[in-house]
Amino acid sequence: MRITLEDVEYRYSVNTPFEHLALHDVNMTIEPGTYTAVIGHTGSGKSTLLQHLNVLLRPTKGRVIIGERTIRAQKKKEKNLKSIRQKVGIVFQFPEHQLFEETVEKDICFGPMNFGVPEAKAKELARIALKQVGLEQEILKKSPFDLSGGQMRRVAIAGVIAMEPDVLVLDEPTAGLDPRGRKEIMDMFYQLHKDRGISTILVTHSMEDAARYADDIIIMHKGTVYQKGKPEEIFSKPDQLLELGLDVPDTVRFQLMLQREMGIRFARPSLSLEDLVADIKEAMERGNRL
Amino acid sequence: MMDKMIFGRYVPADSAIHKMDPRAKLMLVFLFVCTIFLANNVVTYGLVAIFTIGLIILSKIPPRFLYNGLKPVFLLIVFTFLLHILFTKEGEVIFEFGILNIYEGGLKQGAFISLRFTFLILVTSLLTLTTTPISITDGMEELLNPFKKWKLPIHELALMMSISLRFIPTLMEETDKIMKAQAARGVDFTSGPLKDRVKSIVPLLVPLFVSSFKRAEELATAMESRGYRGGEGRTKYRQLSWNTRDNLLMAALVVLAVLLFLLRS
Repeated sequence: MRITLEDVEYRYSVNTPFEHLALHDVNMTIEPGTYTAVIGHTGSGKSTLLQHLNVLLRPTKGRVIIGERTIRAQKKKEKNLKSIRQKVGIVFQFPEHQLFEETVEKDICFGPMNFGVPEAKAKELARIALKQVGLEQEILKKSPFDLSGGQMRRVAIAGVIAMEPDVLVLDEPTAGLDPRGRKEIMDMFYQLHKDRGISTILVTHSMEDAARYADDIIIMHKGTVYQKGKPEEIFSKPDQLLELGLDVPDTVRFQLMLQREMGIRFARPSLSLEDLVADIKEAMERGNRL
Repeated sequence: MMDKMIFGRYVPADSAIHKMDPRAKLMLVFLFVCTIFLANNVVTYGLVAIFTIGLIILSKIPPRFLYNGLKPVFLLIVFTFLLHILFTKEGEVIFEFGILNIYEGGLKQGAFISLRFTFLILVTSLLTLTTTPISITDGMEELLNPFKKWKLPIHELALMMSISLRFIPTLMEETDKIMKAQAARGVDFTSGPLKDRVKSIVPLLVPLFVSSFKRAEELATAMESRGYRGGEGRTKYRQLSWNTRDNLLMAALVVLAVLLFLLRS
């Protein structure tokens, strides 16, 4: 499902002294089956932006086209948003705060059943989703409040995956997790993206994650799209990123240090450790030949 | 959701009323509420109106906010007006329509009572619009201090009040966040049959309670670890200061009260 934003503007608390322009002139298209990372400083409008993707917020100007539906900036109440919300799942920051049912199973079934999936099918989906997030089936009957923080996070994520969305929006899904849990969850989302062709939009502060997983990167700055491009393009201009108060992946920083200290020149920014090793090897061989 | 919660909210501005001592403001409002009952004719109501409008102008609050404050009680005002028109039978009949007689006294009484209502609401909402909740609490604590003699836990009450006020925005934010998270999971909070809407409160309330209890515990730990032991010997970060400005406004109210007392019929 394609999502297009055209000249989107969003203001909070219109017509009060608290009015605040959070987004302006946002234009972007999320193609079906792509993996997009949204990076930007705190307060750059990332969270506001992603709430437009399933009409939790409606633009105060411009329009959002989600699949067949067009959401305009009108007062008129939009009917039947459920179909959009089923197709575009959002995993919010600290999703474990949304757990409320008596058992893990009921909580995971909650989303699918709201969208009209029969109970038996929802339970089936819950089992699959639980496996996907790497939890044992035994905890299905446990209370979500008896689980550890990391397990709660996974259960909450399973609750969104069980909705079988076409588009998955992730707002810093690994904030506050340990490094191992972080990698497991990020790999899990990537696997889902590959296996089911789910378009994924990841809001993150981790440049490593953005570099490793994303096809496209969007930089938000002061409420608008500052730049968009492939990770190679974005990370080949590190000065610009640093100026915005953002960072480059460790691998790129390492390359920059090598370049400064040892004069090694690289043909491209390395987006993963494997790439980095290959690029250093290549650069050194080239250097030896010269 | 928060967009509509303007009523009863602090509106920052740089005005004489904003800078007043919260104690003075609280006393002013309290005494004004008493004074207004002295008014009983056109001249005295006129004076009260001038005083109220004067306060509004001094406060630099856009009239739109005061209007928003009046809106919820507007029906009540109209209702009292009608009651008086229909049931007060004093003075000459000015309008006759079958069994419906409208007397001069009723019209007058109705207008006065509605005006009194309006002025009361305007002045009290002026208090909340120009004073941060925290300074209202500080002011109250200071004003109620004498009651400590009778072992009333004034400091604890004030602390409870400021903690709850402090966490209203946090709780609202939290509510908004959880509502959005559940809406993304297919809960419809705004439309659908009443039964479904009542049901949809559960996925909102449970997480809210859980996080509130957690937060309360964290707050208690944080306070204890920073050495909080109750009100005894505690100094204040925000010092209240009573200035000429406060004296002048209190004097203005006294003048109003004296005038009302002299001019009332």
